[in-house]
This record gives sequence, C-alpha cells and structure tokens, in this order.
Amino acid sequence: MATETVTHDEDIEQKADWSGASAPFKASYGKLMMWYFLLSDAFTFAGFLIAYGALRFSMPSWPVPDFVFQTHPFSFFPDSWKELPLIFVTVMSFLLIVSSVTMVRAVQEGHRENKNGVSIWMLLTIIGGLGFLGCQAWEWNNLIRTEGMTISKNPFSNHSEGGTYLSGDQLLAAGFTAIKVQEEAHDHGDGDHEHHGMDTYYLAPGERLDVPENRFWVKEDHYGHVMAGETFEPNSPYLITKHKGVPHYQFGAYQTADGSSITKEQFGPKAFGALFYCITGFHGFHVFSGVVFLLIIMINVMSGLYVKRKNGYEMVEKIGLYWHFVDLVWVFVFLVFYLL
Amino acid sequence: MSTLSYEASKKAVFRGFWLLFVLTLIEVVFSLMGKGHIPGISRVPVWLLWTTSIIIIGLSLYKAYFIVFEFMHMKYEVKGLAMTVLLPTLLLVWAIIAFFQEGNAWKERRADVEAKDRIEVNDRVIGMRDSETLELQ
Repeated sequence: MATETVTHDEDIEQKADWSGASAPFKASYGKLMMWYFLLSDAFTFAGFLIAYGALRFSMPSWPVPDFVFQTHPFSFFPDSWKELPLIFVTVMSFLLIVSSVTMVRAVQEGHRENKNGVSIWMLLTIIGGLGFLGCQAWEWNNLIRTEGMTISKNPFSNHSEGGTYLSGDQLLAAGFTAIKVQEEAHDHGDGDHEHHGMDTYYLAPGERLDVPENRFWVKEDHYGHVMAGETFEPNSPYLITKHKGVPHYQFGAYQTADGSSITKEQFGPKAFGALFYCITGFHGFHVFSGVVFLLIIMINVMSGLYVKRKNGYEMVEKIGLYWHFVDLVWVFVFLVFYLL
Repeated sequence: MSTLSYEASKKAVFRGFWLLFVLTLIEVVFSLMGKGHIPGISRVPVWLLWTTSIIIIGLSLYKAYFIVFEFMHMKYEVKGLAMTVLLPTLLLVWAIIAFFQEGNAWKERRADVEAKDRIEVNDRVIGMRDSETLELQ
C-alpha cells in the first residue's frame, strides 16, 4: 500500500515537472539542473580568474607566489624549515582531493542503498571540508595579521633584482644593513589613534644599526633610490615588511653599507590582495555552503528520508556533483595563484 | 549507471585518488623547479620557467578532465548532456585569449603613457628654452 502511494506521487511529480515519455538526457530534473547551475558557476569563477589573468598580464611584475605562500603552522618542523614554499597550500589541496574521493565513495554506497556506508563517507567528506576551511582561516589570518596583506595593500614585492626576489636575508648577505622602523600609536581611550609622526618612529630593540642617520623617511610618490635623510610618510606603501613578533605595523628599509643610499622594495601591485581575497574567499564560501548542505543531507540520510523516497540517494549524487565542482575550481585557483 | 561492478569501481576510486595525489605533487615540484627552488639555482632560465609552466597547466587540465569525467560521472552520462555542459565552456577559450591580450596591451600602453609624459616634460623644457632664445634674439 505504502509502495503504491509513493509510486503514484512520483507519477504526479513526473507529469508536473518533467513531463514526456522519458527524461531528457536520461537524467532527472534535479541532476540536470545541478549540471547547468555548475556550468553557470564555472563561468562566474572563470570571470574572476580571467580578471586575475588580465591584471597580472597588465603588470610589469607580479608577487612571487612561493614567497607569498611560504609560511605554515607546523610548529614541529625544525627551524630551518620555517619558510617552505607552497607546502601548506599543497596540504590544503590534498584535503580537498581526499574529501572528493570520500564523496565518490558516498555516492557509490548510495547506489548500493547502504545507508550506513553513505553516512560514514559523507561524514569523512564533511571533516575534509572543515579541515580545508580551517587551513584557509589560518592562511588568511596569517596573511592579514602577520604579513599585512589586505584588500588594498599588498606588501609582497615584485621580482626585484634581475628576476630575483629580494628578501631581507639576501640583502643583508649582499652587504646591506637592515633598519627597521616601527609606528607607535597612542590610544586616547576614545578609539582614536594619534600618530606622532617622526618622533614616534623608533628602531626595533636589538636591531643592528651602524649608520649615522637613524630615521629614514620617504615620500609616497618617490620612486627609485631613496637618499639618506629623506622623510618617510607613516603607512607609506612601498617598503617591504619583515615584522615577525611585533604587534604594530612596521616598515623595513635597507641602507647600503656605506650609508649613502637606501634600497627599498616597492609594495607589489595593489590588485593582488583584492584578487586573492575575493577569489579564494568566493571559493571558500562555496566550500562552506557545500559543508552546510552535506551536513543537512547527511542528517537526512541518517534519518532514513531517502529510503522512504525510494529515489536511490539522488540527493547525495547532486551534492556530490557540487562538491566535486568545488574541488575542480580549486584545481584552477591552485594553478593560477600558487603554482604559476 | 556505471558499467563497472561495485568492487571494480571501488578500486577505480582509490586509483583516482592516487592519480590526483601524484599529479598534484608533480605540479608542486615543477612549480618549485620553475622558480629555482629545486635544485636551488638563483637565476632561472626563461625556457625552464616556460616549460614547467606549460607542464603544470597541462597537468591541471588533465586533473580537471579526470574530476569531471570520473568523479562527476560525465563519462557515463548521455552524450547530449555532456555536450550542453562542456561545449559552452569553449567560449572561455576566446575570453582567455582576448582578455590576456588586452591585459598585455594595458602593460604596453602604460609604458607608452610614461614615455609620453617624459616627452611632454622635455618639450616644455625645450619650448621654454626656445622662447628664451627668441627673447634673447
């Protein structure tokens, strides 16, 4: 009796939404529409990534990804491995691949009508997705708070000297003296920070300083070599930062050993930060919404809803398509932001 | 849907996992090679950067193909469905060519603008000199 009712309901649904002798493309309405949704979503992502490409092509130089993305939270690594290019993001990629594989397994168990199998593999998929989101949260937090990259500010410089990125260590090795100046803000209690201009800049304690002039200020519109004794504007956007363990935003300038001039690094193209946060954020939002839907559908699976519906866990297949698409998009985000 | 037996398709999934895992690792290694981290050279020749980049793009496209056709079961769908989803993405080929060319044009235009600015400054200076010369005459 119950079986008959379900069949009857399905007939009505079929006539109302998907009428005709056989389903178009032998696919159900929901699955076909999921494909077309993914197609439109692919165009959205393609639009973002092509914008990234166009802007990158329009710049004379671009931040080097293996210097931007070389930090990782693995504290058990030895100190000499503090900066490992691309390692953390590779781990993130593996998490997405693994969760994609567990999703395929969930769909397969769905074909076998194995309720417990579907639930377990979906749970593993959700854990993978949450792991990815956690990694992305750490990556963003690190980029914003430690590296100082925001939507409108990109401290990561270009290929500087003949295609070689200038890091502080390299400059020191090449005979430069590192001078670090730090902005000191006075809080007046009403949330207003007052900057005391030149007087509130000082050298970080413990920094080596063997040049006569200890304050190096540069005007924002100044390009090329900066002479000693010029003035820096607070927040001037073109000095590379190396400011680990310092609470305030800090600028680094490099002066030649003879004290005659300062070599500085310009901030990288502004668009880099905006593109990075927009595109990885949009992808992360897809991962997040995917996790939410996976959770809802897993609960439905466990409650036996799809057994009652007798449609062979089609909902699991549909969210599976979406989840694989998230992995697919990451292949390209990984390609353009991290690998190239 | 799948013509494979359960056991065979289960095996295929884990083969797919190892494939994606290894391809990603190879991509990372090539990327680091192209940037000079492996084997640790300071100046990377341009051909090496280009070769590794092309290999990485190829591997990424293969990964995308694999995910769509195996994991998303596009291989087992009706041809019409596959075509309605895949053919529109070919439009992106033109979008990529057009926008990257446009981006490159902006870069060249930027150099033009800067060059033009310099010429105008020089002209003004030269012009002033001319007028000064005229006054003197």
